[in-house]
Amino acid sequence: MFAAAFCLLLTACGSSPQPQTASPSLPEAHVDPATAGSISGRVLFTGTPPAMPTIDMSSNPDCQRSHKTPVKAETVVVNKNGTLRYAFVWIKDGLSAAHWTPPAETAKLTQNGCIYEPHVSGMMAGQTLEILNDDPVNHNVHAQSTVNPPWNIAEPPRAEHSFRKFPSPEVLIPMSCSVHPWMHAYIGVSPHPFFAVTGEDGSFTLRGVPPGTYTIEVVQEKLGKKEGKVTLSPSGTASIDFTYGG
Amino acid sequence: MAASHSGAENTYHAGLFRWSVLLACCTLLLVVAGGLVTSRDAGLSVPDWPLSYGKLMPKMEGGILYEHGHRMIATMVGMFTIVSLVWIFRADRRRWLRILAVIALLAVIAQGVLGGLTVLLLLPWYISSSHATLAQLFFSTTVAMALFTSRRWLAGPTVVPEDGANPLRGLSLAAPICVICQLFLGAAARHKAIGSIYHICAAPIVTGVILWLSMRILLHYAQNRELRIGSVLLLSITLVQVFLGVGAFMTRVAYVDAVQPMPLMVTFTVLHVATGALTLAASVILAILVRRNLGARVNALSMAA
Repeated sequence: MFAAAFCLLLTACGSSPQPQTASPSLPEAHVDPATAGSISGRVLFTGTPPAMPTIDMSSNPDCQRSHKTPVKAETVVVNKNGTLRYAFVWIKDGLSAAHWTPPAETAKLTQNGCIYEPHVSGMMAGQTLEILNDDPVNHNVHAQSTVNPPWNIAEPPRAEHSFRKFPSPEVLIPMSCSVHPWMHAYIGVSPHPFFAVTGEDGSFTLRGVPPGTYTIEVVQEKLGKKEGKVTLSPSGTASIDFTYGG
Repeated sequence: MAASHSGAENTYHAGLFRWSVLLACCTLLLVVAGGLVTSRDAGLSVPDWPLSYGKLMPKMEGGILYEHGHRMIATMVGMFTIVSLVWIFRADRRRWLRILAVIALLAVIAQGVLGGLTVLLLLPWYISSSHATLAQLFFSTTVAMALFTSRRWLAGPTVVPEDGANPLRGLSLAAPICVICQLFLGAAARHKAIGSIYHICAAPIVTGVILWLSMRILLHYAQNRELRIGSVLLLSITLVQVFLGVGAFMTRVAYVDAVQPMPLMVTFTVLHVATGALTLAASVILAILVRRNLGARVNALSMAA
């Protein structure tokens, strides 16, 4: 029975989906700074903003003590100016096929007060994700990726930083902690550097984009995806807004 | 442990019977603990196995309390099953009961391996659902072991003839088969392999089979006390189970946007899982009692004569 179980384990491990890594045959991407422009816009929300529930941290007093005021969920955060925070925006299509080298600096995901910071972030495929636990409690980090191999790691209190990579583009990857089931974060893994996450003013800007016609996609964890097309002239600027309904 | 009654097949051992009952109760507790792990989304709160955060005893906080607590109860049930096996081999002469005790031990080992695999492989639905379903089957096995070591069982059957117009054997087997299929559908829905609609649609069919079986016993075999009590028990548990299922579904719908598992939803769902185990055990026991207490089939004319 043990032998059968381990055969099953080996079979299951062997059949895990392999990520599609960037083809080495693709030419290295190059952007001419003289002609590069920017694409900007806002992600708007119409209707009544949904009330976010207060997170109940009573199951772990250490988590509760780290907050002076009750913490709200960040599933849908509508800014005061009627825009959406934590929307991931990226160029989905239109760039010529090329290999974009990921930056050497790490993208960061911090566990602080039993909350992930940032709630939504972006990084490039192949870039290193640095995971930090600033809390005095155990966490686990479960990357629920479907294109990239999923993983689940232990994060003991104030542990050494962990480092992971997502070799393939994938938008969005849910990250969660099963020790504290309210902890959720999302990471957009882009094949290129043209992505952004909306902040307190709901705006985004994609800089250094070569001229061309692009499909821009915005992804919100609860409200879903929207996309639109923009044409960017040499050294120009283009604008596009997205609107979600309540 | 001293013999207090000598049956046709073996000798009654009060200690062995009580131990078997304790094993069944602990197994039900284990089913509840496992249900809590899934309902609290705590299945991956301890990423390693068989150790927990590299330790035998991690800090019991948040989801770790449920996952590691489940592992601790599982270890205890495994130990208790080994004790049962040794006790039965030492005190009981029935070969088939010894085989059942070995099957129980193999099942609890397989269950532990499935539990470890599902953690290491990040909860694939087929392993998690198999783990959940085997738990239910193991619980029924422990209840059957308690039945087989009981004084009443050793006293021998009270045979009643099978009414040819109202046969019982096939129907009594259909009930546990339907229940175990329904439990697998429920487990698969809980582990997001299928929608809960399949589990919901199958519920009236399973309930109907149980109702049919119970009513047939109560209408045609009520003179047999064991069958009567068994059918009333199965029917009662099933009605409670349907109520809990409705509650689990309604709370799930009500809290669909919740950012974390809500206590009411967890309570209904875990009670539904535990009562599912009781439903299977009751249907298995009733099928065993039917097989034991039913004599040769007679047709209606000869019965009237």
